[in-house]
Amino acid sequence: MAQLARASAVRMVASGKASHIGSSLSMIDILSVLYSGVANVSPSSINSPLRDVVIVSKGHAAAGTYAVLGHAGFFPESWFEEFCIDGGRLTGHVTAGTVPGIELSTGSLGHGLAFGSGIAISAQRDGDNRRIFVLMSDGECDEGSVWETALFAAHHKLNNLTAIIDRNGLQSFESTESTLALEPLDAKWEAFGWQVLHVDGHDHRALKEALKSPGNKPNVIVAETIKGKGVSFMEGQVAWHYKSPNDVELGGALSELDSD
Amino acid sequence: MRRITDSASSDPSIMFVTGDLGFSVVEEFRDLLPKQFINCGVAEQAMMSMAAGIASTNKRVFAYSISNFATFRCLEQIRNDITFHGHSVCIVSVGAGASYGTLGYSHHGLEDLAIMRVLPGMRIFSPADNYETSSAIDAFLDEPGPTYLRLGRAPATQIHAGVPNISRGALEVRSGSDASILATGSVVSACLSAAESLSDSGVDVQVVSVPRIKPFPIGQILELTQGRSLITVEEHSTTGGFGSALLESLSSQRESRFVSVLGFPPEGLEVHGSQGFLNKAAGIDPSGIVKSVIDHLRAQR
Repeated sequence: MAQLARASAVRMVASGKASHIGSSLSMIDILSVLYSGVANVSPSSINSPLRDVVIVSKGHAAAGTYAVLGHAGFFPESWFEEFCIDGGRLTGHVTAGTVPGIELSTGSLGHGLAFGSGIAISAQRDGDNRRIFVLMSDGECDEGSVWETALFAAHHKLNNLTAIIDRNGLQSFESTESTLALEPLDAKWEAFGWQVLHVDGHDHRALKEALKSPGNKPNVIVAETIKGKGVSFMEGQVAWHYKSPNDVELGGALSELDSD
Repeated sequence: MRRITDSASSDPSIMFVTGDLGFSVVEEFRDLLPKQFINCGVAEQAMMSMAAGIASTNKRVFAYSISNFATFRCLEQIRNDITFHGHSVCIVSVGAGASYGTLGYSHHGLEDLAIMRVLPGMRIFSPADNYETSSAIDAFLDEPGPTYLRLGRAPATQIHAGVPNISRGALEVRSGSDASILATGSVVSACLSAAESLSDSGVDVQVVSVPRIKPFPIGQILELTQGRSLITVEEHSTTGGFGSALLESLSSQRESRFVSVLGFPPEGLEVHGSQGFLNKAAGIDPSGIVKSVIDHLRAQR
């Protein structure tokens, strides 16, 4: 599914003349694993009160999110053509309401973890057995509301809450470390009282293992990824946070993704 | 608070979250209903997103803080997570207007109505007394949705003799034929005092309390005020608040009335002091209102 989703995301960003393909490609493996049986949610259970909740807090990775949801059957793949077009259902930052599977409209960073912890504490108080997964970007950890929530979730021992940080190392201008250094990132979360796991964010088996039910603490998975993963000329390049591929670049990207 | 506690004790889906405020006010709720109470700490941004998350699990949530901390600090969380998704969170904003007078500028809630009004889907109540407050809480519980409840600090002077039906949005609290004072929040009582003084000098003004600012009850106001000229009074900046809402509504109804808007000057006051002192400086104490009504009637002629 991940490889199909990569190709769809690249096509969407090209046809919609949109941005953020790099951010989409870095998180597609994580999201694909979540929707391959890890999170207890499916197209038929999106309104069930006991479903697991997946929140994409890095809402700019919209093409990647829609691609995974479409291939997982939450809506027809034909909707991909509506990405970033006038009157279309799929916007450039994930928007709930018209798109099945999107739990929260995001695009401004630092909202998803707090919203998810609200669901998590409600479930904890009600004794409901459900898990909340929040996919965040590493640059998002600059936001104060992330750390407000880090305190809160640890204090309330929200072990039904799992944050996954797409640690691709790049943000708007340059690396996270030359912007506002995050390292030692694992130690920061540990110090806040979270259980921290560090994995290769493109290794499906490792992700699946890390996403298994945690202990008695909230859980954060720092997933090492490559921005633009899967398309050699996009990998590790800040420019692909913004650029939309032209016809030649699209062809090149698709041939790489198909040959894998 | 009593009204909220009573409702929550018979309905476990009612939650109360606070940004570490409400000392001596919220303890009863916390002690009686610990499973429905969360102190989020001094973290208003996360609190508003969490409130939205809790509400998304089919609950109704009261989110409590001091006016500015409950609005400006977390405006984007309210906009993106609460109103855009239509989650049933009632923001309980205390210390609105100049009610935390001597605590200074950081604690004055003089622009909150303006920013809450502009949010799509936000319903706004600004009650004048405990009865109106009670009715506003019932309105939220009966018809849940994003709601802003603007409260003062000290127990307000009682205006009504019982719980009024707030669904009408505007309530006549004194009859009169020369002009109509429309007021919202605790300043309604100052308007009633002003109306008494005016009647001693032969001026007969109606006073209408407007506890619901959004949706703005323009139909009810036009009906109650019968073509009279209007003076609005609010403990809020004259930009973007209650008076502005009236003028916008009159314009959209193509209704022409002679209007004066009283409140805090948009650029603020240059003095410091108690609520009474600041309201006097802004001209919304009883004597200031009397003077403005007389000026208003003169200018109208």
